Amino acid sequence: MSASPVLELKGLSVALPAGADRAHALDGVSLSVMRGETLCLAGESGSGKSALALAVMGLLPRGLRISAGQVLLEGEDLARATEARLRELRARRMAMIFQEPMSALNPVLSCGAQLDEVLAVHTRLSAPERRRRVDEMLGEVGLADAPRMLAAYPHQLSGGQRQRVMIAMALLLEPALLIADEPTTALDTTTQAQILALLGSLKARHGMAVVFITHDLGVVADVADRVAVLRRGELVEAGARDELLRAPRHEYTRALVASLPRLEPRAAQSDAAASPLLAAERVSKTYAGGGWFGRRREVTALQDVSLELRRGETLGIVGESGSGKSTLARCLLRLTDATQGAIRYAGEDIGALSGTALRALRKKMQIVFQDPYRSLDPRRRVGDSIIEGPLNYGAPRAAALERARRLLALVRMNPDALGRYPHQFSGGERQRICIARALALEPEVLIADEAVSALDVSVQAQVLELLDELRERLALALVFITHDLRAAARLCDRVAVMSHGRVVEYGGAREVLLTPQHAATRELLAAVPGRAYQFWQPGTSPRNDSPGRG
Amino acid sequence: MTDAARSDSSWRRALASGAVRAGGGLLLALATLALFAPWLGTVDPTLFDTASANLRPGALGTVLTPDGGSAPHLFILGSDAYGRDLYSRVLYGARVSLAVGLFAALLALAAGTLIGIAAGTLRRADGALMRVMDGLMALPAILVAIALVALWRASLGAVIVAIAIPEIPRVARLARSLALALREELFVDAARALGTPAWRIMQRHILPNMLAPLLVQGSYVCASAILVEAILSFLGVGLPPEIPTWGNIMAEARLHFSEAPYNLFFPGAFLAATVLAVNLLGDGLRDALDPRALERR
Repeated sequence: MSASPVLELKGLSVALPAGADRAHALDGVSLSVMRGETLCLAGESGSGKSALALAVMGLLPRGLRISAGQVLLEGEDLARATEARLRELRARRMAMIFQEPMSALNPVLSCGAQLDEVLAVHTRLSAPERRRRVDEMLGEVGLADAPRMLAAYPHQLSGGQRQRVMIAMALLLEPALLIADEPTTALDTTTQAQILALLGSLKARHGMAVVFITHDLGVVADVADRVAVLRRGELVEAGARDELLRAPRHEYTRALVASLPRLEPRAAQSDAAASPLLAAERVSKTYAGGGWFGRRREVTALQDVSLELRRGETLGIVGESGSGKSTLARCLLRLTDATQGAIRYAGEDIGALSGTALRALRKKMQIVFQDPYRSLDPRRRVGDSIIEGPLNYGAPRAAALERARRLLALVRMNPDALGRYPHQFSGGERQRICIARALALEPEVLIADEAVSALDVSVQAQVLELLDELRERLALALVFITHDLRAAARLCDRVAVMSHGRVVEYGGAREVLLTPQHAATRELLAAVPGRAYQFWQPGTSPRNDSPGRG
Repeated sequence: MTDAARSDSSWRRALASGAVRAGGGLLLALATLALFAPWLGTVDPTLFDTASANLRPGALGTVLTPDGGSAPHLFILGSDAYGRDLYSRVLYGARVSLAVGLFAALLALAAGTLIGIAAGTLRRADGALMRVMDGLMALPAILVAIALVALWRASLGAVIVAIAIPEIPRVARLARSLALALREELFVDAARALGTPAWRIMQRHILPNMLAPLLVQGSYVCASAILVEAILSFLGVGLPPEIPTWGNIMAEARLHFSEAPYNLFFPGAFLAATVLAVNLLGDGLRDALDPRALERR
């Protein structure tokens, strides 16, 4: 292993255009990555992680420029390299993979054509030689059925397969440096675990240096040799993985580590003997498509789902994407009608309700969606959104606005927000507004559909805490839908695990998460990033040599 | 990425755009000329005096007044073969063109939006409505307009309706796609969960979010309607020849092109300026109101 680093940043600064919220996207960052080493860049949105990756690749968007410092790739300063040289280096010596492989691949070319193009442009290999190299690479990234993969277009592949194709493409020319920008964030946890393992083995085999960008400290624990924490463009702390995750020195790093929920379910707080408030009885939902000129086809989204929810408890619904979690939420709210089975609210079948009775039901159940950017009408003021529910039920405007003020205070926001538009708020703030809107009707059931998944870890921790506090104060029954078992463990009294439209395991959070019975549950648990890793916990001494649980 | 102003200040951004200012300003000037035509040195555009036929622009001549007398008049843009004042005729013609553009656009927008929303929200009506729209779109707009005007008595209202009808399918398609996309928005689901009745979701959440793209489409309909009206008049199947429209003036001027070419030139220039103004306004609005415009810059 050579002693000189593959990538070295010396006092790298990237200037933002005038009028941005700060002067620099990156401010004097110095880092280095050796051969065969993975450096994790951790940080929240706006920390400058991606700007760093793009600066190294010479792909900074217009308006951003390197204002000071050096980017040394195998000793060559990229900050002063010509565009032609950068293009050459990007293919041969450094490569990048992105969060969303669908947008990084060309949708109108087959994967084979795109892989072949890399070799055709940058090497003098003949067509059969290129084909052999591509086949070899596909085998390495675990895409066994090479002919089918080569003929497939990106949309015909699953997210995991697409990311594997991206990795194959990045590694075709044996680069010395691989930059991975949140490569698993858009994937399911089990797929994420496979991709992380794949990257690890490829790194070991090819001895490249990897810069791995992620917001998820669990992932950091799984893949990093060393870690650098960025905040608002500045390097907060850097060091070996165990040093940084088990004995963080900087205040911010500690806060980040502490905001990662532990995978330790809490004891159930609900009274198992109480009668259920909301119950699903053998609910099934099939979607029928086609008609007119197309052929009819049916998709089963839910099959024989039975669940119960009691007052004051949190029921977690966990599973991979496509397992039917959101469909179940929509059925529970009767935003969609179930095809079979019954959903009972306080004993009454809500499928039979209509008109006034349905309106009365709507008042009692509310939902907070995953995407805070799409769940508020961009053309309506926050205040108008919050009072929409109460106005629907005949509340006077002034009283509703007064209540909206108190609700904003309850979700810890400034009541001045009432007169502003959604675009003026961050994702976390918008999610709080959505929670306030849901609470405005004083519901008895609140359904949170991946409500914290799109948020930064520290904001996520705050919103989780807020939800738990509100559940307790307002005696809400909370349905918490998530793919994140850590968040589920933090919040839920009982957990239902869904797989392919069925509930495969259902019980107290402790039983389900500590002694899983079903294979799907075990698989989910095994895929939780950083599961076996012991992180620093508040209360322990950062200098402690054997950091354990506080 | 700055997530600056999207809703209210996108209108402010529209006002700051050069295209919107140029197009809007030109259109405003034309509308002022049309509206205040009687006080801008014009005479009744139907008055004639064969003694003053085919005068050059800026020439002095006479017009016969309705009471049988003769009055001196300055022909700013010259006169036509019957000795009618071209300036007065072009200004009064602007009234017709602008009215046709405005009302045809409003009519097409209203009908198209209604049909589009119905198709986008009522599953059962969708197939039938859109196939009718597809059928209508397959017919050439001018032929449909000619057929409709021929069917009715040629009045301003008939011409407007005849021009608006072939434009409806395009608006309906746009409105349908907007309604389909908005219906799936989470904020619409949230409103349903809040107990908002369907008609009020339409009025509060769906229509306001459709407005900007529809307005842009409306401006293109307006420009096209002005042109189609001129073409109909020019072909002699639009408004009757005694009503001064740019198309009618040009149709008559064609016969006397060698003696009085400006009779063709001035209405043509006004027509081109109007259509250009409306298109500029539409392009400017599209760029300013497109939510993706922010990211593109």
